[in-house]
Amino acid sequence: MRLQSQTLTTSEDFLRRRDVNLQALETATEVAALAAAGGGEKSRARHLSRGKMLPRERVANLLDPGSPFLEVGATAAHGMYDGAAPCAGVIAGVGRVHGHEVMVVCNDATVKGGTYYPMTVKKHLRAQEIAEECHLPCIYLVDSGGANLPNQDEVFPDRDHFGRIFYNQARMSAKGIPQIAVVMGSCTAGGAYVPAMSDVTIIVKEQGTIFLAGPPLVKAATGEVVTSEDLGGGDVHTRLSGVADYLAEDDTHALALARRTVESLNRAKPQTVQWQTPEEPAYDPEELLGVVPVDLRTPYDIREVIARIVDGSRFDEFKARFGETLVTGFAHLKGCPVGIIANNGVLFSEAAQKGAHFVELCSQRNIPLLFLQNITGFMVGRKYENEGIARHGAKLVTAVATTNVPKITMVVGGSFGAGNYGMAGRAYQPRFMWTWPNSRISVMGGEQAAGVLATVKRDAIERAGGEWSAAEEAAFKQPTIDMFEEQSHPLYASARLWDDGIIDPRKSRDVLALSLSAALCAPIEETRFGVFRM
Amino acid sequence: MFTKILIANRGEIACRVMETARRLGVRTVAVYSDADRGAKHVAMADEAVHIGPPSPSESYLMGDKIIAAALETGAEAIHPGYGFLSENPGFVDAVEAVGLAFIGPSASAIRAMGLKDAAKVLMEKAGVPVVPGYHGENQDPEHLFGAADTIGYPVLIKAVAGGGGKGMRLVEAPEKFMEALISAKGEAKTAFGNEAVLIEKYIIAPRHIEVQVFGDGTKAVHLFERDCSLQRRHQKVIEEAPAPGMTEEMRAAMGAAGVRAAEAIGYAGAGTVEFIVDGSHGLRPDGFWFMEMNTRLQVEHPVTEAITGVDLVEWQLRVASGESLPAKQEDLSITGHAFEARLYAEDVPKGFLPATGTLTHLQFPENTRADSGVRAGDTISPWYDPMIAKLTTHGSTRSVALHQMEQALAKTEVAGSVTNLAFLRALTRHEGFAKGDVDTGLIDRNLETLAVDPVPCSKTRSLAALGLMGLSKPQDPSAGFTLWVPTPQETQFRFKDKDIRAKVTTLGPSLFDVELADICHCVERAGDVWLVDGVKTDANIVPLGADVSVFFGNGYHFHGIDPLDRASAASGDGNIIEAPMPGLVKEVFVKVGAKVSKGDRLAVLEAMKMEHALLAARDGIVAEVLTSAGAQVEAGAALIQLESEEEVAA
Repeated sequence: MRLQSQTLTTSEDFLRRRDVNLQALETATEVAALAAAGGGEKSRARHLSRGKMLPRERVANLLDPGSPFLEVGATAAHGMYDGAAPCAGVIAGVGRVHGHEVMVVCNDATVKGGTYYPMTVKKHLRAQEIAEECHLPCIYLVDSGGANLPNQDEVFPDRDHFGRIFYNQARMSAKGIPQIAVVMGSCTAGGAYVPAMSDVTIIVKEQGTIFLAGPPLVKAATGEVVTSEDLGGGDVHTRLSGVADYLAEDDTHALALARRTVESLNRAKPQTVQWQTPEEPAYDPEELLGVVPVDLRTPYDIREVIARIVDGSRFDEFKARFGETLVTGFAHLKGCPVGIIANNGVLFSEAAQKGAHFVELCSQRNIPLLFLQNITGFMVGRKYENEGIARHGAKLVTAVATTNVPKITMVVGGSFGAGNYGMAGRAYQPRFMWTWPNSRISVMGGEQAAGVLATVKRDAIERAGGEWSAAEEAAFKQPTIDMFEEQSHPLYASARLWDDGIIDPRKSRDVLALSLSAALCAPIEETRFGVFRM
Repeated sequence: MFTKILIANRGEIACRVMETARRLGVRTVAVYSDADRGAKHVAMADEAVHIGPPSPSESYLMGDKIIAAALETGAEAIHPGYGFLSENPGFVDAVEAVGLAFIGPSASAIRAMGLKDAAKVLMEKAGVPVVPGYHGENQDPEHLFGAADTIGYPVLIKAVAGGGGKGMRLVEAPEKFMEALISAKGEAKTAFGNEAVLIEKYIIAPRHIEVQVFGDGTKAVHLFERDCSLQRRHQKVIEEAPAPGMTEEMRAAMGAAGVRAAEAIGYAGAGTVEFIVDGSHGLRPDGFWFMEMNTRLQVEHPVTEAITGVDLVEWQLRVASGESLPAKQEDLSITGHAFEARLYAEDVPKGFLPATGTLTHLQFPENTRADSGVRAGDTISPWYDPMIAKLTTHGSTRSVALHQMEQALAKTEVAGSVTNLAFLRALTRHEGFAKGDVDTGLIDRNLETLAVDPVPCSKTRSLAALGLMGLSKPQDPSAGFTLWVPTPQETQFRFKDKDIRAKVTTLGPSLFDVELADICHCVERAGDVWLVDGVKTDANIVPLGADVSVFFGNGYHFHGIDPLDRASAASGDGNIIEAPMPGLVKEVFVKVGAKVSKGDRLAVLEAMKMEHALLAARDGIVAEVLTSAGAQVEAGAALIQLESEEEVAA
């Protein structure tokens, strides 16, 4: 059924929303542009003077002409490390090589020599996680000095630190997910294992180096004086050591060799879903900016968003009359069938049960799930606790956690509290998680959090017989409110890779379609749900 | 009318004859050599008979095989087309001896016109003006030299049995005579098996105007004149009808002379009486002389068809099947003006070298007559004439028809071989030609400006970049998608010897920024149309494997550089003399150790029925001779290696 939009695109309200949302988008755009510029003018010039291609050009020229590039963590590490690691010093994303969707991980040597900050590690691992879940061949364009030494404690020792990169490579290779490395610069110490652990490695002549210890460390350790090239240059590794397989003349040649390697992978995308001919929505996605309210507390009909995202604005709504604060239904997105679960208010028990039911349906039918998050949480209060809202919420969480159909999550408003769990937040491992510039994420709203803390404090003061003025309480609450405001901002969230990135709402269709397409590179395993608390 | 005819020819003329035959309800039989198994004329015919190997002397010149094919298939008549057996009286006799009809003149008429000297004597008797010259049987070089002196220089040496410019030499001064004579006789012998030549007065501002005649064996009519003055090395390039500057008085005189010529030999069918006309002081009724009569349908007959509305092949079939002349002279009239341009696979800047290749793309403009024997995907082989097509335009005035031709050429798309398209187009834009100031020397005098190689503009290069990257085809709707900042992709390619680098940013499925070294263009696809910087661009991008052809006024072929191909380019030091095209090594003049100077003739390669001298690119010593006379060589084969004197000394 075609959705009927109630939005007046000429109303003052619409135009005001659009203005404010455009401003938020503008901020995100500026941050993204800054991240894309990498390590700044000087280090870019130095990089180019060595005859190297800039990292983004390396990625572009690896991909098919005109290939889309779904970048992951485009504003990672924004505002962290005093701005020392734009884009976390590594570019990651899904693109196409000879028609195959691949995950590209490209070090940016213009950012602190491509060394790994904690967020660099996290982003590299996130890219590998996506690749592993989606069965995407990995292409590592390596140009990195290894771990960032001043941050070694947050980079080296833990489970999800540097070593995990190679663990992932080995595990993926074992699963038949190709691992290809192109050594276009340094590959020192731990970094040496990226090419060494790859199925196929290409190295650029007189430019790429691979060694466990560079010439200065060798001299310090054994007194041996040796040049980088003789220690671990392309000639050495393709002729003597066998650490690399192909010797490339330059970046262009190396990328062409990597492309040829992908061409010969002999892989085919599994047939998982029934595709339809794609169709544009009946309502212009451009209008999304005017649809979404400026204040998260203002309710709006999530169908206004769905109508501007799905093919033909057609939405087969499931159980429309039951648990109305959760909208569920079937649609197509650029031809791909999706089951949509979207918030239209606070979650009640009925809504949670309906959601669990719908997840079961999609799992049975092998239909990918799309979560549109705008959730303040589950309903609170005696009535609801007593009727067992936690039990019903648990059903939804169980269903979302254990289903094996691909999940994609897009935060289009608030993402608060347990609502985040039931709606496939980061912890529930959606294949991709994207956020809009107007979104906010935190355990609860800043006001509520400050209120909780203030209540506790007031009780303590009053128990001790003291007094607490309203002014004092307001002053007490303000820092908490401010902290929540800062930390719930999507730029703060994306910087820390709590999601895969902020997106332009108007590009939602493309982003979601590309996410689905990548996710469907892997076969859909059969689902076995956990125990539903009845 | 016949029910079935055999066409003893190939290429465009075979196709053209079949078209009319089909329209008249006459079934057609094609003959073909090994090289033409999949050719267009074979595909078009109702039946086709294989007659031998590619070499014409073993196939299309094998009269016996062709007659046998006609008998076998039950054809009642044979149409010879032009060239091959079309003017071979022995073949006519043989055809008639087995009771088949020959669609053309009688053997005796062909014989009467076949030997040019005898023909001139005959014409003189019939009251047709002839050019002063020597047409005698005495072929002693000294005697011929004396005859040339009597006529007065410049003179023309022509093969007695010749045609089409073969075995023809212009001699401007007595000291050049002997060399030219030997060369002309050699070529004549190869081409016609008869080395006899004639010598003629050479007219300084000559125009080549010919009269189309048509006879039924007794009576004849003329279908007015054609001007074929635009020639290069005596090969016609662009023909037109009527002749520019022609007066009614002169037309009547020339037409009457043509009819007299035809009737004098009892001519049947289509024929052409060629005249040389002195164009130095305008056209005068007393300023034309008989040159020769071509006793066949001419290549350029479409211009006559255009202005008269007559289908000459239809007339041929009707008269050959026994009808009398389909029209009286007074029924014939001229409507408008027509041009024909001959499109060849040839490399104009390299001295019009015939080319070969597979026509990966071939497209003719709509609303223009295009007589072609090839289709897209067909091959121009080294065995036959490298003609791709004849384009004919017909307009109300000469100027209109010429503009039509210019546009038709601009919209003709050929990929897979070099062509003379740009040259033809330059001719149609030549000021003198547009004014009608034509003579047979026009092309040679203006060769430098006419044979200029077109250079692709930045728009063309931008479109080439898109084509090479596979972006000229409709793209996936997600093409160019990026969350934030798009990044350009690079491509490298080559035009002739020039490397080009382009950076292309895909902004959407049909929107691109193309950055070249000197300029940046915004290119947009709107349906089938390309907009460059917002301006509609009448260009067509045709990707061909790793290469691309862009048709934008001219055709430009770009070679994509695969970064995986990193062969270092061999340096051209002029040491290796290569075969410029596939052919037969006719003669090698040098031996190892011979000292040669730049420009010396080292060998002769015979290809495409022409002799090509291979010259030393620089002074040096012959280090090695890698071929010998009689060898068949491929294009690019090393034939002779030179070394410098210093190298020898060292």
